[in-house]
Amino acid sequence: MSPVQVRGTVLTVRRVDAYVAMTVVAPAIATRFRPGQFIAIAVGGPQSGMLSRRTFSVHDVRPDHGGTVEFVFLPREPGAEWLADCRSRDVLDIVGPLGRPFPVPRDPASCLLVGVGAAAAPLFALAGRLADRGCQADFLLGAESADRVFGALTARRTGRSAMITTADGSLGARGSVIDLLPTVVQQARTDVIYAAAPLGVLRAASALAGRYAIPVQALVDAPAMACGTGLCMGCVLPAVGTDGITRMVRACVDGPVFRGDRVRWDDVGTIPFDALGAPGWKSRAGGVGPAATSLTPGPRDIPEGRQHAG
Amino acid sequence: MPVDLRTRLGQLELPSPVLAASGCAGAGRELAQFTDVARIGALITKSVTLEPRAGNPAPRLTETPSGMLSSPGLQGPGIDGFLQRDLPWLLSRGARAVVSVAGHTVREYAELAVRLSDAAGVSAIEVNLGCPDAAAAGRPFALDATAAGQVVAQVRGSARYDIPVFAKLSPEVTDIVSVARACVSSGADGLSLVNAVPGMAIDPVSFRPVLSGAFGGLSGPAIRPLAIRCVWQVREAFPDVPVIGTGGVRTGRDALEFLLAGAAMVAIGTVLFHDPSACSRIQRELEEELVARGIDRVSEVVGRAHDGAGVVADRHSWVLARAWAVASGGKYP
Ligand SMILES: Cc1cc2nc3c(=O)[nH]c(=O)nc-3n(C[C@H](O)[C@H](O)[C@H](O)COP(=O)(O)O)c2cc1C
Ligand code: FES
Repeated sequence: MSPVQVRGTVLTVRRVDAYVAMTVVAPAIATRFRPGQFIAIAVGGPQSGMLSRRTFSVHDVRPDHGGTVEFVFLPREPGAEWLADCRSRDVLDIVGPLGRPFPVPRDPASCLLVGVGAAAAPLFALAGRLADRGCQADFLLGAESADRVFGALTARRTGRSAMITTADGSLGARGSVIDLLPTVVQQARTDVIYAAAPLGVLRAASALAGRYAIPVQALVDAPAMACGTGLCMGCVLPAVGTDGITRMVRACVDGPVFRGDRVRWDDVGTIPFDALGAPGWKSRAGGVGPAATSLTPGPRDIPEGRQHAG
Repeated sequence: MPVDLRTRLGQLELPSPVLAASGCAGAGRELAQFTDVARIGALITKSVTLEPRAGNPAPRLTETPSGMLSSPGLQGPGIDGFLQRDLPWLLSRGARAVVSVAGHTVREYAELAVRLSDAAGVSAIEVNLGCPDAAAAGRPFALDATAAGQVVAQVRGSARYDIPVFAKLSPEVTDIVSVARACVSSGADGLSLVNAVPGMAIDPVSFRPVLSGAFGGLSGPAIRPLAIRCVWQVREAFPDVPVIGTGGVRTGRDALEFLLAGAAMVAIGTVLFHDPSACSRIQRELEEELVARGIDRVSEVVGRAHDGAGVVADRHSWVLARAWAVASGGKYP
């Protein structure tokens, strides 16, 4: 369903450990939302000098007040700080829900949900949806320290299992989620991995999933989104289409959820020499396929994914 | 009473002087989710190249005070993909398509003009002269009056006679009027002012340039006064040449400023990233600004800032109107 631009009223702003959790009233976004999608918020008021929208994965939506949307962030740059200083009843210009949501299995499956820090936020709405489908959810959450692990309690309460890791060992096992991935996948007999984490973790999860021949759905938490709506072409990464051709695709419209085996993780931040239209690239007959259709997974993969062309 | 926003573009009549700027609205699909593309003046497409292009590596964009630095590198499907998918889509939505073209040689531009002339439904061609000229060691065409004029002459000569050709200039020159003159005398039907200005940002943490290509184009409200000055100078020199004013338009009042400086149309760029419905909003605000001044045709304000007597008279009546509104307890207007 296509996104909308609304004026959303701030309902609550809470501190959750190191993070700020904000809830806004935005019924049109809440009702359209599918787990994995994000919102893009204008910061700094109407005459703001900060022109980039700030994008946030939606943590969850609730039906109260006609529909509310909650998101979580670390206030560590001026735009996010401005947002963190907003108070209940302030009005925000919000666009959403944006991007391709997590596809969910049709039949019950054993799902591993891997998340790091606040990037893990979208996994909890996903867990709810997976439960509706009769799927089991195991959580593997990590962060630098205990106060940065997001959702540990909820994971323990709602997941079949929940493993926590911190870099400093202040909560759960010491180390990174990458260290624990192989063990957890084996123990949980994982059928599908969902990951929402920095690129390094997405790359590792995709590599592991490849070895076990299981699918992985990776949510790219791209910091470099200026618009979130597909207009600026700023958020590109190289991904392989079903036709085998690599294209520079936009994380905001072709993602943020990608099939892990489609993204060329090692080439993120570059234009691979064999990408469509790369310097020296030569057009070959039939090579110029529709970028979007080749990357848009079939209806089997995405029950309600938005069809994006462009 | 509604204001008459109709604006002429060659043979065509646009419903409004508010356009979407090249490279900031793709080919309209994303924008159409937030703005009725049939109701804005026109959509200037992302610059089309002959071959598909992957663009520059990320990071391509960074926020700067009241602006944006960007070097997307003309990522796009190439003319074949554009004609197969993008143009038909735009036309099917009832939008008017101004197609921006980009190349590295005069011949590439000319070939694009031929291809576009064979397609139905191109409202105008905008020649993006901001591309590096392969024959001049990569110096952008727009920085050299002769090179700019050559491209325009070739495009004008190759394009169907009834498709207006607009030359898009860079403000990064000592004398914008001389480049404008070269384009006009080479047959440009109009001018687009301005493209983004080269700039740079350095990351104090990594000690490295922020953008992958080191430099980027600075755009957004930060460059509006620069763009206004260029429009003004070109209007002084060529009062009869239609101008599309671009650079940091954020509100209807900003659009009005461009019109007063001499632009017949305004294109909205970077602000679309901030507000994807900006085109419709600015169109509405412009209408309100005109109503507030008792003006019923947008064409009346075009270039009015050049008309010395007009300025004084207007300012006088405006101050009076405001004083009256305050005195009567109403909120101006
Ligand atoms: C991300 C981005 C991409 C752009 N791409 C093009 C382009 O393909 N062709 C072109 O002629 N101008 C391009 N421009 C320049 C804009 O059309 C416009 O001239 C400039 O940004 C100033 O207007 P603004 O301040 O409203 O953005 C681009 C600008 C931006 C920010
Ligand atoms: S953030 Fe602008 S295109 Fe993706």
